[in-house]
Amino acid sequence: MSSPPSPSPTRWFKALRRPRVEDVCVKTGVSVCSEVLRRARAAFSAGRTAQDTFRMAQLEALVRMLMDHECDFVDALGRDVHKPRFETVMSELLVVKNEALHAISNLKKWMEPQRIERDWSTALDECVVVNEPLGLVLIIGNWTSPLQLCLVPLVGAIAAGNCAIISPSETCTHTAELLHRLIPAYLDNECFHSVIAAAHEITEKVDLKFDHVFFFGDKEDGIKVAQAAARTLARVTLVLRVKNPCYVDSQCDINTTARRITWARFHNAGQSAVAPDYILCHAEAKENLLQALRCSLQQFYGTDPRESRSYGRIVNEENFSKAKEQLWRSGKVIIGGQVNEMERYIAPTVLTDVMESDPIMQQDTIGPILPILTVQDADEAVAFINSREKPLCVYAYSSNNKVISKIMNETSSGSFCSNDSVLQSVMVGLPFGGVGASGMGSYHGRYSFDAFSHKKSCLLRSTQIECMTVLRYPPYEDRNLSLVSLASFLNLKSQGWCTIL
Amino acid sequence: MSREQKAVERARKAFFTGRSKSLEYRITQLKNLQRFMQERQKEIAEALKKDLKRSEFGTSLYETLGVESEINLALKKLKEWAAPRPVNKSIMTISDQVYIQPEPLGVVLVIGAWNYPWAVTVGPLVGAIAAGNAAVIKPSEVSSHTSKVMEEFLPLYLDKELYPVVTGGVKETQELLKQRFDHIFYTGNGMVGKIIMEAAAKHLTPTTLELGGKSPCYIDKNCDLTIACRRIAWGKYSNCGQTCIAPDYILCDPSMQDRVIEEIKKNIKEFYTENPLKCPDYGRIINQRHFKRLMSLMEGSSIAVSGEHNEAECYIAPTVLRDVKPDAKVMQEEIFGPLLPIVTVNSVDEAIKFINQREKPLALYIFSSDKKLIDRMIAETSSGGVMANDCLMHFSVSSLPFGGVGDSGMGRYHGQHGFDNLSHMRGVLLKQLKMEAVNKMRYPPHTADKLGWARFFMVRHVDFGSLGRMAMLALLVVFAAVIIQRYFTD
Repeated sequence: MSSPPSPSPTRWFKALRRPRVEDVCVKTGVSVCSEVLRRARAAFSAGRTAQDTFRMAQLEALVRMLMDHECDFVDALGRDVHKPRFETVMSELLVVKNEALHAISNLKKWMEPQRIERDWSTALDECVVVNEPLGLVLIIGNWTSPLQLCLVPLVGAIAAGNCAIISPSETCTHTAELLHRLIPAYLDNECFHSVIAAAHEITEKVDLKFDHVFFFGDKEDGIKVAQAAARTLARVTLVLRVKNPCYVDSQCDINTTARRITWARFHNAGQSAVAPDYILCHAEAKENLLQALRCSLQQFYGTDPRESRSYGRIVNEENFSKAKEQLWRSGKVIIGGQVNEMERYIAPTVLTDVMESDPIMQQDTIGPILPILTVQDADEAVAFINSREKPLCVYAYSSNNKVISKIMNETSSGSFCSNDSVLQSVMVGLPFGGVGASGMGSYHGRYSFDAFSHKKSCLLRSTQIECMTVLRYPPYEDRNLSLVSLASFLNLKSQGWCTIL
Repeated sequence: MSREQKAVERARKAFFTGRSKSLEYRITQLKNLQRFMQERQKEIAEALKKDLKRSEFGTSLYETLGVESEINLALKKLKEWAAPRPVNKSIMTISDQVYIQPEPLGVVLVIGAWNYPWAVTVGPLVGAIAAGNAAVIKPSEVSSHTSKVMEEFLPLYLDKELYPVVTGGVKETQELLKQRFDHIFYTGNGMVGKIIMEAAAKHLTPTTLELGGKSPCYIDKNCDLTIACRRIAWGKYSNCGQTCIAPDYILCDPSMQDRVIEEIKKNIKEFYTENPLKCPDYGRIINQRHFKRLMSLMEGSSIAVSGEHNEAECYIAPTVLRDVKPDAKVMQEEIFGPLLPIVTVNSVDEAIKFINQREKPLALYIFSSDKKLIDRMIAETSSGGVMANDCLMHFSVSSLPFGGVGDSGMGRYHGQHGFDNLSHMRGVLLKQLKMEAVNKMRYPPHTADKLGWARFFMVRHVDFGSLGRMAMLALLVVFAAVIIQRYFTD
């Protein structure tokens, strides 16, 4: 379990300057994508993915791929975002592995047709719900968690018996290239493909007609994907970035709170879609929180985070410039604020005196910048949260359960976590997804399987008991309408009104 | 501000007051809806008679019984459906609360259809109310009398602001679609379905689309043909074939065709007399446009039974077409009328291939006494739902989710599925600010040892009984103590 020595920051910087994916491999254009789609559809129609043995073998191969190439993934993510080995293993590889193992051990159960409880109105029938694969799934990953966001949905798609095309984000060039190289080496070459798409080509790919499209990204692109999917009646799961609020109450263990927030906000150099994006801090707790944040940052990354092996870098020049702008044009820097252009380094930064109109509050958070806004109480926090779009996550830190309940019950979000952050987004047992502007549909564990399945209702009757069905046939006029009253009465007692039918 | 915009804004304001969140309020509204269905039977039946020439018995059978059943079920089960749903925990969350909380979405738009206006407009409304939403109800203008009844009487029973009825045609619907909703529930055809989904996408509004398609009906050699044909005739010609899950066309062996035609002819006579034009139980085509469409579909195919029609009355007799070719006009679109084509296939393999070459339908019907054959067809084809040895009835079982797949739609409803479909299932994790020692392994500075412990703790969740939970908790405390002692003596 010993890790190879991490290079010094200077060598990391040189690694970050390595060639982009255009030089490493050819991006997959729309015409190549059509060809790949055709092959995947043919493989699906041939019934290749139908058997549980096939699906399990693919999932096992995926686990092997992660284990065999752990060092390669660590290396690739290190080059892309200076991601420490610990974070790559914990938040990327282990999360996917967990999902795959969970799917493998539950697959038979999930695939079982669900027998519907019969009551006396359906006693003579067989009612089952059969889980059917949809067909062909398109998975569009995101640079914030390039492995997790491609491979966790892929686990669900495979388990549900679909063929899939994954599109890793080209922003993390080395990770994309590695996935592009490894997928054909481990997974069935006809059923599963990797294409590397430029952001502007994504809707053209969606237009090629898939049965389900999984997209993780920002709201504007999400709308384009949804509109393209509408043109072909493709189902969608959209997980979209909308700023996640985090309320910090006056009654809480401020040191633990600060530590958990620091971990969530600044891992991966703040490049996360599920971390708290801004703090709504109770006025009485603000000074203590700032102090505690300083302490935690010192504990985690030392005096100069630029020298820490545990601290990342911004993924590319474009994001670095945007993040720098946000930092300089929003509020006041109270902690951090240092940048280094050559390394695309931004220090863990906390802002105060932030206005809602500042860039940091209006744009997606793409770096390690944590704005703190002051509120007088939980009511004000709730009003603020509700004045904005429904976020992916709402967080609340308090030792008072009434406050937690209030924040939870009076707001809406994809998910909710109290007294911690991020964890609810990687749990295999909880559905994770957005609502309203933060998306639609959910995934993880069983919910991934369900998202990529069609639940087909089957009502199987015999032709034996025809006398029972006679009452529904015309002519009606001379039928005693009291039979209708009988039906209504029986209605109340059963789950289906086909009692006498 | 347009009338539609006003209605939506009022509904949203009413939703934000929070009154639809309380279970008591939802139950009151559902009970009021129940009273409406019971007290206004006469008005409902009269309107349906004018719109679709539906008989009174037909109204109960096909519309109001179903909706009443849905309301009853919702009243009985609402508390259970709306309660937090616990999930399995892992070692890391053993001392936390982890569950899924169903929440209302907000303002739902229900766009109804004209063929079973109560079932497909008020049916989804039951789910919307049960889930705690506000709902804007847009009945189909084609069933204009029913639409008027909804507009006039629903506000007398339901909360006027939370559940407004907005009537109108294409223009009004387009105006509604410009507004922002939290879910749109549409029943109708695929072309309009795509337009609605695209309009919804602008606001990132999820949609449930109950669309149509050509629902195939396979008749195996091995089945009681008399009963099969009776059930098919009933399923096909009820409501004059204007049912989204009507058996659209028959697939059978050539040797069976004549007998199938005979049996269906016999049943038509039994149900609708020698002259269905005069029979009070036989409906009409909804309007001239659809009448003309159906007449043109018959072109190029041989008529085996009837084919009689009367343009002034929008009447087409129950008709069977024989030896229909796959490329015939009648096989190119959903029929939605009383024309029943028979396409002959030589084997079940050919039937499966035929079905799979076409878009996924809303329903598949299989008539056979061979269970293996039924299982095979279920496994080797895809459709919204499957019904063996009968027609239409799977719509009526509330515990079965009803909906389409592929071109036949997305999303589902009936019973709890209606509730879940119009709720947001929010993942909730409630932790305490304690046991921080366990968390320390995830904090920087990262070390190989910490990674080792992290790998250990991030196992898959296991199903624990309460005793198992206690044992695991004890184990966790021991581990935490070991970690603190070994690594973190401050």
